[in-house]
This record gives sequence, structure tokens and C-alpha cells, in this order.
Amino acid sequence: MSQATLEIKRMSGHAGAAPGAGASRDYDVCKVIDTTTCIGCKACEVACLEWNGYPFTPTLFDNTYQTMPETRWNYWNLIKFTEHINDDGNLMWLMRKDGCMHCEEPGCLEACPADAAIVQFANGIVDFQQDHCIGCGYCVSGCPFNIPKFNPETKKVYKCTLCSDRVSQGLEPACIKSCPTGCLHFGSKDDMTALAQKRATQLREHSGHKNAGVYDPAGIGGTHVIYVLHDASNPEAYSGLPKNPTIPWTVRIWKGPLKWIGNLAIAGGIIGVTLHYLRFGPKVVDDDRGKNGDGHERR
Amino acid sequence: MSGADVAMRSGAVTHGGDRILRYSLVERVNHWIAGLTYIYLLLTGLAFWSPYLFWMAVIFGGGPASRFWHPWIGLVFFVSMMWMYKMWAEDMRTTNADLAWKEKVGDYIRNQDDNLPPIGRFNWGQKQYFWVMFWGIILLLISGVGLWFVEGIPWSLRYLRYAAVIVHVGASLITIGAFIIHVYMGTAMVRGGFTSIVRGEVSRAWAKKHHRLWYEKVTGDTSARR
Repeated sequence: MSQATLEIKRMSGHAGAAPGAGASRDYDVCKVIDTTTCIGCKACEVACLEWNGYPFTPTLFDNTYQTMPETRWNYWNLIKFTEHINDDGNLMWLMRKDGCMHCEEPGCLEACPADAAIVQFANGIVDFQQDHCIGCGYCVSGCPFNIPKFNPETKKVYKCTLCSDRVSQGLEPACIKSCPTGCLHFGSKDDMTALAQKRATQLREHSGHKNAGVYDPAGIGGTHVIYVLHDASNPEAYSGLPKNPTIPWTVRIWKGPLKWIGNLAIAGGIIGVTLHYLRFGPKVVDDDRGKNGDGHERR
Repeated sequence: MSGADVAMRSGAVTHGGDRILRYSLVERVNHWIAGLTYIYLLLTGLAFWSPYLFWMAVIFGGGPASRFWHPWIGLVFFVSMMWMYKMWAEDMRTTNADLAWKEKVGDYIRNQDDNLPPIGRFNWGQKQYFWVMFWGIILLLISGVGLWFVEGIPWSLRYLRYAAVIVHVGASLITIGAFIIHVYMGTAMVRGGFTSIVRGEVSRAWAKKHHRLWYEKVTGDTSARR
């Protein structure tokens, strides 16, 4: 929600180092979610709610451990629970922390018509600026992960900010701080990718998860939130994590070729009728009394 | 206009036979409800279409206000179009006279109207415009409700979210093309047309020239026939 601010290097009369001093911000940030070490404790859900300060509202209990069926405008961080049967017949619980993926090519931003309502910071964070949001919901149509949510009261759309306010001050996102198992990590995209790959290799070599891998989908240019999955060949098993997410093709046509075709057609129509008038002029009816059809004297 | 004129139906002869009522007051009121709501929808819609046209939303109270009112005004436009359908659907059926007229549409465009066969109350082009707007608003309503309540479409049916975007934009562009031609013809090209949809009346000569079959029907005067 906030723009990047000046980084403080030194502070007068301050006990200890200045908060955020030495933090490097000139890299792409990234959050790793290691689903293989998530225990579904929901500390991240609470931390998100606490930090962002939105009210908790009554929700739908659907007889699972999941807090609610999907993320809400005031609930950006939701662990999705899936009971999954392995190839060997054993039951396994897949727990995936769902939230904004901070796509490198964000469908929400592509679809949004309002000036500066969605911004992508140089560090990769995709952030909604509610001051500029007009509440049209095009971002909802543009998102391949079903993340932006409309608040009917304020008529604005909200989603995870990757704690842009904290990150701009050199702090980690709130969810990272709260994770007790260390399944959440935050750092540069390069570092986090290396960490995730190392973990995936470990899973493949030492724990029998032959298809373990990193989820960083290329169809949207990669994401700034990446997953380690036990089975990267079947992300759909993790509560419908899309296998090859892309910006919906209708959105791409609408914002691409159709924009040109439409603009040319509108301009062509206006030019066409103007040329018609210059070439052929109006249809004027002379009635019996030398008047135009509209009843006015002819000039 | 006297009180009796309010209920007067199209085709009535007024002013001692000099003028013919082409559009009743009810038809004119409805036309302008449709026309003004369409212009609002067009301008706010164009604001959402292109960042270079976003200033159009500003003149209607800003982006959020435009977004708030656009669907509601759209409903008014829809009701108006349905009302128009009820009044005009019969007159808008394509007839054999229209098909003969359509063959000569090039002469109409070149203002060589003497070559045109006679037609009824509306010509083939007007009928095309009516049906483009009629089917256009139906597509716009269905897709518009999808955009309005996009989160009401479950994620499992998300292709409907994606379809709503493209259908709404596509149908809008088609109606915009038709609207440009309609406004040009109604104001600049066919003189007398604009006053007829404002004040309701046309001259006998106008009716005879542009809609001779209708003229003969409402006046019983077939002397113009050659």
C-alpha cells in the first residue's frame, strides 16, 4: 500500500543499528512456500490479519480444517487443505498457503483500466492502490489465481501486498516472521530460487518424492511467490493450483489486437461519415412551399 | 402541443394537413431515454476502454462514480430498448419492399434518392440499426451482469468471467459503429430526421420522399405514385 521510502542508514541517538540499515532493496524479492514442511498451523494467517489490521468476519465452515473456502478482501493469506491419496494408497495432507503470487506479468495489472490503481514495484511486488481503484473488478477477471477480492462496502479491490509497507522498510513480510517451521522464506529471487531448488533436490534424493520440484510458472513470466511441491508434476492436487497459468486469452485479445481494431474502427467510422458529408452532403427535401423537410426556411 | 396530441399515434395528420406526426410523444420520450442513457454508457464505457479516454470518467464524477452508475444506467437503457422493441418490433420486420430498397442502397448513399423504390415507415438501414442495438443490448446485459457480479461466478466456471469481458467489449464496439452512423444520418445527413424525433412531425414532402409507402398508408394519398 505504500510507496518505497528513503532507506535510513544511520540514526542519531538510537540504541543499536538503524532499523533496516544495510538492507538491500535493489533486487527482485521473493517468498518461498515449502509445502512439504508446512504443518497448517495458520500462524501466517493470523500474522497477516494482525499486521494488515482488517476485521475478521464470520466465515463459512465447510467441515474441513480450512478457515474459509477462499481468500477474502480482508483475508489475504489462507492455507488450503487437501486430503490427497498417494500412488501407494496412503493418505497425505497437502497444505498450501494461498495468496497473491506477485506475477512478473500480472493479469490484474494488464486488465485494470484505472490510472495507477495497480502498480508493480521494481522489486516485483504487485500492489493495489485503493486510492485509485474504481472497483470495476476487471482484475478479478484478469487473475489466473482467483486472488483479487471486492469489498462491497468500500467498492475497492484488495489482495496480499507482500507487505510492501514492511519490505520498503527493510522488514520481512508478516507471514514470514510468524512461521514456526521455517517453511516460509523471504529474500532475493535468485537466492530463494536456489533455496527452493536445493530443497526440491533434497526431497527427490532423500525422501522418495521423485517428482518434487519448484513451482515458478513461466506462462506469467515467473512469480515472486514460489512453491516447493512434493509433486511438481501435479500442482492441481494442491487445491487447484493451475498447472500452466496464463493471463486469460480473452483479456489478452481485449487488451491487445482488439484495442487496435476497435480504435481504428471508431476513428474510421467518424472519418467515414465526415467524408460522406463532404462528398455527398445532406438529403434535403423541398416541399410544396419551398421549405426544407424540417419545416425551416431554406437558406 | 395540446393534450390530445400526447395520446396521438404516429401517422396522424396535423396542422390542417400540412404536417404528419411521425413519432408519438411516447416514442420520442423513449427514444431519448435510450439515446441519453446510451451516450452516458458510451462515454463512461470508453473511459474504461482506454487510459487515453479515462478523462471521460472524470466529467461524470470520477472513475468510482462512473463505475457505480454504469451498470444501473445500463439497466435503464435495457428497459428502454425492450420498450422500444414492444413499440416498434412490428414496424422493424424486413419486408419485400426493404429488400428491393436494399439492392439500391448505393443510390441512397450517393443521395440519388429518385432511383429508390418506395418503402414503409422505416427503411432497411434503420431496421438494421434497430436490430443491431436490440441484440447488442441483450449481449451487453448478459455479459454486463457477469462483469458486475464477477465474483458471483464460481472459480470452476471462470471461463464465463473471461467470456463476459470479450463479449461486452465486442458487442459495445459493434453498437458504437452503428451509433456513429445513426447520429450522423439523424442529424447531418437526413435533414428533417432530427426534428422529427424531437418534435415528432415531418412535412408531407418529407414523408413522401423518404417513406412513400408509409405516407400513402397514413394519408390515403397515392397521387405521388408514378
